Amino acid sequence: MSEQHSKPDNSKMITRLLASVVLMFAFGFALVPLYEKFCEVTGFNGRTNNSAAAGSDGNLVDTTRLVTIEFHTRVNRGLPWEFSSEVRRLQVHPGETTTVNFTATNRTGRDMTGQALPSVAPGEAAPYLLKTECFCFQNQPLAAGDTAVMPMQFYVDPDIPNHIRTFTLSYMMYDMTEAAAQGRVVVDTSE
Amino acid sequence: MSTVVDTHHEHDDHHDHKPTGIKRWLFTTNHKDIGSLYLLFSFLMFFAGGTMALVIRAELFQPGMQIVDPHFFNQMTTMHGLIMVFGAVMPAFTGLANWMIPMMIGAPDMALPRMNNWSFWILPFAFIIMLSSMLMPGGGPAFGWTFYAPLSTTYSTDSTALFVFAIHIMGISSIMGAINVIVTIMNMRAPGMTYMRMPLFVWTWFITAFLLIAVMPVLAGVVTMVLTDKYFATSFFDAAGGGDPVLFQHLFWFFGHPEVYIMILPSFGIVSAIIPAFARKPLFGYASMVYATAAIAGLSFLVWAHHMFTTGMPVFASLFFMYMTMLIAVPTGVKIFNWVSTMWRGSMTFEPPMLFALAFVILFTIGGFSGIMLAITPVDFQYHDTYFVVAHFHYVLVSGAVFSIMAAAYYWLPKWSGFMPDEGLAKLHFWCSVISVNILFFPMHFVGLAGMPRRIPDYALQFADINAIVSVGAFLFGFSQLIFLAVVVKCMAKKGQAAVAKPWEGAEGLEWDVPSPAPYHTFDTPPKIEAPIR
Repeated sequence: MSEQHSKPDNSKMITRLLASVVLMFAFGFALVPLYEKFCEVTGFNGRTNNSAAAGSDGNLVDTTRLVTIEFHTRVNRGLPWEFSSEVRRLQVHPGETTTVNFTATNRTGRDMTGQALPSVAPGEAAPYLLKTECFCFQNQPLAAGDTAVMPMQFYVDPDIPNHIRTFTLSYMMYDMTEAAAQGRVVVDTSE
Repeated sequence: MSTVVDTHHEHDDHHDHKPTGIKRWLFTTNHKDIGSLYLLFSFLMFFAGGTMALVIRAELFQPGMQIVDPHFFNQMTTMHGLIMVFGAVMPAFTGLANWMIPMMIGAPDMALPRMNNWSFWILPFAFIIMLSSMLMPGGGPAFGWTFYAPLSTTYSTDSTALFVFAIHIMGISSIMGAINVIVTIMNMRAPGMTYMRMPLFVWTWFITAFLLIAVMPVLAGVVTMVLTDKYFATSFFDAAGGGDPVLFQHLFWFFGHPEVYIMILPSFGIVSAIIPAFARKPLFGYASMVYATAAIAGLSFLVWAHHMFTTGMPVFASLFFMYMTMLIAVPTGVKIFNWVSTMWRGSMTFEPPMLFALAFVILFTIGGFSGIMLAITPVDFQYHDTYFVVAHFHYVLVSGAVFSIMAAAYYWLPKWSGFMPDEGLAKLHFWCSVISVNILFFPMHFVGLAGMPRRIPDYALQFADINAIVSVGAFLFGFSQLIFLAVVVKCMAKKGQAAVAKPWEGAEGLEWDVPSPAPYHTFDTPPKIEAPIR
């Protein structure tokens, strides 16, 4: 009896429900680029823009205040490299272009490729750190035992809010030897 | 109504041809058979997960390493969580849905009986795969039931592939079950069974099914990402490749928080059926119960990051998730208020289902309060990943969800088996459980506040006494469940007092109009509902 009023609707409803399942599965994956975009805009996860920014307009240097930048370097677990910055902390005027050199040494007996990934804390400061040139835009191939001096040129966006007086830029060096050998490019340098 | 029932009975006699033996159960499309299979399976998993919990508690009885090595301990915490969530609580609710929803809305069966058979029968395979992964070299999953990356990607063993596959199967099973529930409720209600006349158990399951459809695919997505990160060189959660491990937590908890409501909303429905029956008063505030359930379900999508306060969120985001979380206390409070008001000036009696329902209301509320404490961002930094969290979610899941399932079992066992659960044993089971569950979980609040971390096989000496008490409570609670097993086995063996069609004086609902045990086919002719049944 109930079949009379239920059967015709069932297939339509099942189709709709299955479509929502597929949609939600796709939504799970869509959250990945959404999250990245969200973090890029807000700096929530401390990721800095990994492509070259336009140079600073020298006229816009804000000499009325100083921002302190602390540099922090680490190598990922299991990567026998040395990686350091020439300075630990630096005071700059917003808008002023500065270069900081980083040094990496491959302590192993084989050729390797590394990749440094930046992170800024607090994340709020991340969008205001503008790099015009950085070793971190590319992989860093280092022959066995070699040392490389790698420059990073940057300026702090003069729009940075007044309450951010200090922020930390941290670089983690990852082993990308295998990925590089397979031709997988991790950091997009095309921009 | 009794005339209707009689015609059914004659009808059934020549309709009751079913295969016998194993074939009946393998090929069954009958909602009652499938409901029983789900319930028995979840009972088995409850004991399997419980045994693992006892391994954990045996190791934690004393500080230092005694019984198991840390890696095996991690496997135990992981498997205990996975089995209890996906193997015990969720299948038990699906079993109850299968048994009760068609009978409650006056339908002859679930809308999609063949799919129903599938959704049950793939489940044992999922758990065989997951449990057997513990026999692999390196052991089974040991990264916690939340399988945070990179624990589940970079640092996991190869059993992760089996874990992912098992989760996929469980997800497919849940999704099929949810589709079945929605189609059944929308298309198969008896004439006159309007939405606002449906029993609350049906309503809560209806909303739960939508939650399942919304979030189980996200879980499927996130385990797929773990799989490809581990084996196919993607970098969803790997910072070295441009991914972000925190993204894992966002995705997981986007599933995970609605999931906790999936495990509690049907409980609300059960308790809303039992309390009016034994208070002999209609449920107070039926409509507000429906809206509160919907509100909880809606809010559950906006609170996920309260699991992640310590990941370094901006203050604005922390505040948003903190206030959203606290907002959930409002509809939940409405429910507690309605249950208490239902009992107010009611003629209460304290049969086993009512005892469990009352314990549910009180103990679930305690779990709710510790939840509000955890929602406060600044103090969460102290509570995060301590035994306080363990105490909180065991209060809502064990003395909440599991107690409601036991209440449901005692309430509907007469209908399922045709025999009354042994009242003496049932009351013994209740008192043993309710006392031991508090010995087990209440002291965890204190060690948690004092800083004892979760998921660690050893602890500082000052926690020794409380942990010993907790372990004693755990063994008492675990062995108390054997009494429950005895009650169920006794009913299944058709021993004890035979049940009448409506064994509980104040019970309302269509399920009490059919004889006990419920015949194989019920409501082949839909009943006509003229007044609300509550």
